[in-house]
Amino acid sequence: MTTTTEPTTTGPAGRRPGSAGGVDPSRRGPAGPRVGLARLGAHQILLELRQFARSREQVMFTILFPVIMMVIFGSIFDADIGAGVTYTQYFVSGMIASGLMVTGFQALAIQIPIERDRGVLKRYRSTPMPRSVYFIGKVGMVVTLAVAQVVLLLAVAVPFFNVSLPATSARWLTLGWVILLGTTACTLMGIAFSSLPKSSRSATAIVTPVALVLQFISGVFFIFTELPSWMQQIAALFPLKWMCQGMRAVFLPDAFGAQEPAGGYELDRVAVVLAVWCVIGLVLCLGTFRWTRRQDG
Amino acid sequence: MDTVTAMADPDVAIAVRGLRKTYGDMTAVAGLDLTVHRGEIFALLGPNGAGKTTTTEILEGHRQRDAGEVLVLGQDPARPDPAWRSRVGIVLQGTGEFEELRVGEVVAHFARFYPNAADPDEVIDRVGLAAKRRALTHTLSGGQRRRLDVALGIIGRPELLFLDEPTTGFDPEARRDFWDLIRTLASDGTTILLTTHYLEEAEELADRVGVIANGRMVTVAPPSELGGRAEQDATVSWIGPDGPKSVRTATPTQLVATLQAEFGGEVPGLTVTRPTLEDVYLGLIGHDRLGLIGHDREENTVPVDATPPQRGHGRSRARSARESA
Repeated sequence: MTTTTEPTTTGPAGRRPGSAGGVDPSRRGPAGPRVGLARLGAHQILLELRQFARSREQVMFTILFPVIMMVIFGSIFDADIGAGVTYTQYFVSGMIASGLMVTGFQALAIQIPIERDRGVLKRYRSTPMPRSVYFIGKVGMVVTLAVAQVVLLLAVAVPFFNVSLPATSARWLTLGWVILLGTTACTLMGIAFSSLPKSSRSATAIVTPVALVLQFISGVFFIFTELPSWMQQIAALFPLKWMCQGMRAVFLPDAFGAQEPAGGYELDRVAVVLAVWCVIGLVLCLGTFRWTRRQDG
Repeated sequence: MDTVTAMADPDVAIAVRGLRKTYGDMTAVAGLDLTVHRGEIFALLGPNGAGKTTTTEILEGHRQRDAGEVLVLGQDPARPDPAWRSRVGIVLQGTGEFEELRVGEVVAHFARFYPNAADPDEVIDRVGLAAKRRALTHTLSGGQRRRLDVALGIIGRPELLFLDEPTTGFDPEARRDFWDLIRTLASDGTTILLTTHYLEEAEELADRVGVIANGRMVTVAPPSELGGRAEQDATVSWIGPDGPKSVRTATPTQLVATLQAEFGGEVPGLTVTRPTLEDVYLGLIGHDRLGLIGHDREENTVPVDATPPQRGHGRSRARSARESA
């Protein structure tokens, strides 16, 4: 089998390696692509955002859904829930947190299996693209969308639902790091979770209930302290409860903190729990991420 | 050390010795050998489940092997690095569809991944998608999507291009256009490893064909010589006074002359055939055991078994046909 049999059928005669068309291996750089990772990552983020912007359902689901929910809930319930805080104000803080979770966790945990099923991931892996570029693209997209979502939510909540913007720079700072840590944790968990569903069809079925249950038990729709204590304790294991709590520290008066389970907003604890979830997510991502479908081995 | 020399030969694009891969207790590849030379178009033929795709995916660096030596462009594909990836182009079996992106955007994006990429617009022209540059990829037809796949496969100017069943589902005209494209790439010096279900495709394109069955390479030869095809007897068939007749002979011209004299002119239903690539192929893979390609088969002779002689079975029937004539 190692003997060369000269071609006797169709096909141009006398073909030799690199004879034409410039595939001379010696012309290639020895170290492979030296294109800047940052530049590739930036292009990948733009590509993701472009795909996102052109997909109407995604825009509706991710960006507008929190606003719609806020309009509905804010219009139904406008009672005062103590310490001069309206339900709408409470709800905005929870909706911002849950919006971050939807964008980071739910959207990625559904979108990545679809891309895996379509063979998009395998196609990326067929190229010399550094693998991190794919994740940079996803994280960049999520962070951009998270910021856009918060801005949009506040743009509606402040004029129409009497929600006041954070008054001190300390609160703005808290808003910044809770968004950053919360989004990072959710994004990493979304990427990790994406390896769980067998196919893109089961992804929605698995991911949506998880996200919905978390929203119900973490104090997004209901006042957290009014939930049964066993439910509070389960919720405390997951990041969303802590993201909501961090957001309340930003948007609700300090006095309202006395009503929290621990008698305060426990910002240090919020930071620790979210950081731990970031680490768990990262470890799971590195250990479980699959570029090919399960049946592909 | 024949193996070592073959593996180290710079003129060899792909060298495989004793490749094995099992899934659970199912053996997909059972000690396969393969050598593909630089600049060659090599076609892998075989029924579904023969191990074609598993083999190809191991060579592409998409799958790990259980045993065997494999060198692709001088490197082990089990540990693909970006430099190696940039020299290998892959057109996968399924189309990895991008949502909501235009043809030009996708090709330009992938060009950024390669150190020595071709001009995206040039590549789009080359695969015949110039008119579709601004079209969203999900609006393309099946054949156009495949062209986009090829565009992404060649954007990095690969030395070696894998094409996994590239024309499945094409209409005949689209297939011919596609073949022209592949020939152009090959004439530029690109080595091409093609897997296909279509014998006609292998015959049209390939310099050499390797037939895989049950995870092993059964034979490797230029299409015209596969299974000793060139040396085989011709089959002469006609309709005699007692019905259809078939004779296998090394001297068909002489037989036809005799028949002409017998009939005193035109011989009814006269055909002279040699085993088609398909006949040979079916014999090699164990007689179309899986019934996968039977639907393409055109019966152009009365049923004389045209299995190549070295496989044994079928010879006796041919002989009896000869005697009956």
